Amino acid sequence: MATSTTAIEVAAPTGPDDVAQGVARPGRRPRLLFLRNSKALVGIVILVFFGILAVVGPWIAPYDPDQVSTALLQPPSGAHWLGTDHTGRDILSQIIVGTRGVLVVGLVAGLGATALGVIVGVTAGFVGGLGDEGLSALSNVFLVIPQLPLIIIIAAQLPSAGGITVALVIGVTGWAWGARVLRAQTLSLRKRDFVEAARATGERTWRIVLAEVLPNLTAIIAAGFVGTVTFAVLSQVTLAFIGITPVSEWNWGTILFWAQNNLALQRGAWWWFVPAGLCIALLGMALTLINFGIDELVNPRLRSTGMHARTLRRRGIRPRVGFTPVVRPTGPGVRDVGRPALHHAPHTEEER
Amino acid sequence: MRFVLRRAAFYLFTAWAAITINFFVPRLLPGDPVTALMGRMQGRIDSNAEESLRVLFGLDQDMSLWDQYVHYWQMLLHGDLGLSFTHFPTPVADIVTQALPWTVGLVGIATVIAFLLGTAVGTGIGWRRGTWADSLLPITTFFSAVPYFWLGLIAIAVFAVNLGWFPSNGSYDRGMVPSLSWEFVGSVIYYGTLPALTIVVSSISGWILGMRNMMVTVSSEDYVTVAHAKGLPARAVVVGYAARNAILPQVSSFALALGFVVGGTLVMEMVFSYQGIGYTLYQAVSTHDYPLMQACFLVITLSVLVANLVADLAYAALDPRTRQEG
Repeated sequence: MATSTTAIEVAAPTGPDDVAQGVARPGRRPRLLFLRNSKALVGIVILVFFGILAVVGPWIAPYDPDQVSTALLQPPSGAHWLGTDHTGRDILSQIIVGTRGVLVVGLVAGLGATALGVIVGVTAGFVGGLGDEGLSALSNVFLVIPQLPLIIIIAAQLPSAGGITVALVIGVTGWAWGARVLRAQTLSLRKRDFVEAARATGERTWRIVLAEVLPNLTAIIAAGFVGTVTFAVLSQVTLAFIGITPVSEWNWGTILFWAQNNLALQRGAWWWFVPAGLCIALLGMALTLINFGIDELVNPRLRSTGMHARTLRRRGIRPRVGFTPVVRPTGPGVRDVGRPALHHAPHTEEER
Repeated sequence: MRFVLRRAAFYLFTAWAAITINFFVPRLLPGDPVTALMGRMQGRIDSNAEESLRVLFGLDQDMSLWDQYVHYWQMLLHGDLGLSFTHFPTPVADIVTQALPWTVGLVGIATVIAFLLGTAVGTGIGWRRGTWADSLLPITTFFSAVPYFWLGLIAIAVFAVNLGWFPSNGSYDRGMVPSLSWEFVGSVIYYGTLPALTIVVSSISGWILGMRNMMVTVSSEDYVTVAHAKGLPARAVVVGYAARNAILPQVSSFALALGFVVGGTLVMEMVFSYQGIGYTLYQAVSTHDYPLMQACFLVITLSVLVANLVADLAYAALDPRTRQEG
């Protein structure tokens, strides 16, 4: 989606319109801006929760997830909070222990794909010419080829498709989207004055890339990373559900694999497949919320949109398309209703 | 015209790349699948088939990699994708051609519904931003974060097992003979409703979000302000000025979404035992039927490429700027 690129480009210089934060201090950017965004905060809290679970999981799990017992297919009870499966294994323990597998794969795949994407995208955008043509064609090819079938045929033919192997396969196939966005942004950065200035002062190319270009791509790289992690988690869980990855390795998909293959649906054993799916959804939602936060951080136009309807009404702002509510920095009582959105830095300077 | 040619050339190139990937994947991976397979099938595969398997997997050591590649292309151009292991000795091509129409129908209808509905809802939310409509966003976020197959499981548990409104698996009534009668078509629609609905629900959020963000961006453009200033009714501004321009990136992002939706649909077919490509792929994976797996991947990829080409042509028809550039 070229959308986000252009939007980010336009909005890169953050003006004084910190409406969403309710802060009218001109000039200085408030610290920890990212955490003030309620969406991002919720996302991070959920992510941290799962992160802790991934680290301490095996120690706090009430049972060994592989331990069979005589309590077959029991609904949730005091002894087994989320019930048991067809061989009497505790499902809560399976979920807790499986968290690590999910997060590790997501992280490794995300890091791999992001690294490849940055290398290909920034190189393509910076080198230009024939190299750019070749690299863009390569990433376009990978964009168009459907990823999940590709991952399936690669993973299914590997002798042992453990967690890390799957993560690497996802990383190798999933970098193209990031590369394309980064290339577009690098192209626009390459022509900016500060890069030209660096070149004029005789900086080496790699230094220009590392010190001038990359820092300006941070938000896009972060957003791409979070997006890839989401995709990796979903792909890995799907692979486990189909039964491609070893079923002895616990992750949330493995639980669903067992549930599906033992007719949990037909037996009405909702406690078997609902919690694992909810965990996946919760993790995915946390990552998406973080991505929204990043988007709104770099694009103030989306940010003021994120204001709650109630807040807007309290301030007497009537939301209308084509107008971005802007609070003037002079005096707390003054508010501007329905002023056209002008986000370009020179304009905001004049207005102040 | 040049635009169309350039896109066509790109898709040809991509098709070549996909076929080449398909050629190299089994060759680069360690192990000897044929021997392992012969052992597992215990003599149910005769030596002729073994020979063709070896060609398919590139295990005939007397040929150079280049010769193998040429040979592979020859087989491919003759429509010979090898023989299936599980449905021996049915050619893989036959199995795939039987399964393809089901998937194309399911994905096609579900995607069109999701696109139209999602774009309409996104327009509404983008227009009424900052009101109650924004609270719809977290809900759609939730649905986009849920894996397709899990939503399918829930749908089966609720609507098929508990309420009994829809059948829980299959693509038509097993007691019927496939024909073009109303009865049979009705049965196909009845069996396809639940899978299609689930795909729509899980893929719609992407369209809503994309359209909503684009509406927010576009509606700050000068021409929208001018339209307001001219005193046009709000409705005319939304439809004729804002949405009309905001929809363009939606069409171009169709390509990216499609691969994702197809992937999700494949898994959905596995959940619903819907007799399309996805279910075939699932069976191939669980029985280690490598030729069938490869063929499924090829067919899926080529179909997605064709759909992309169509989306590109639609984009060119909608946006004159792309035509001028070329």
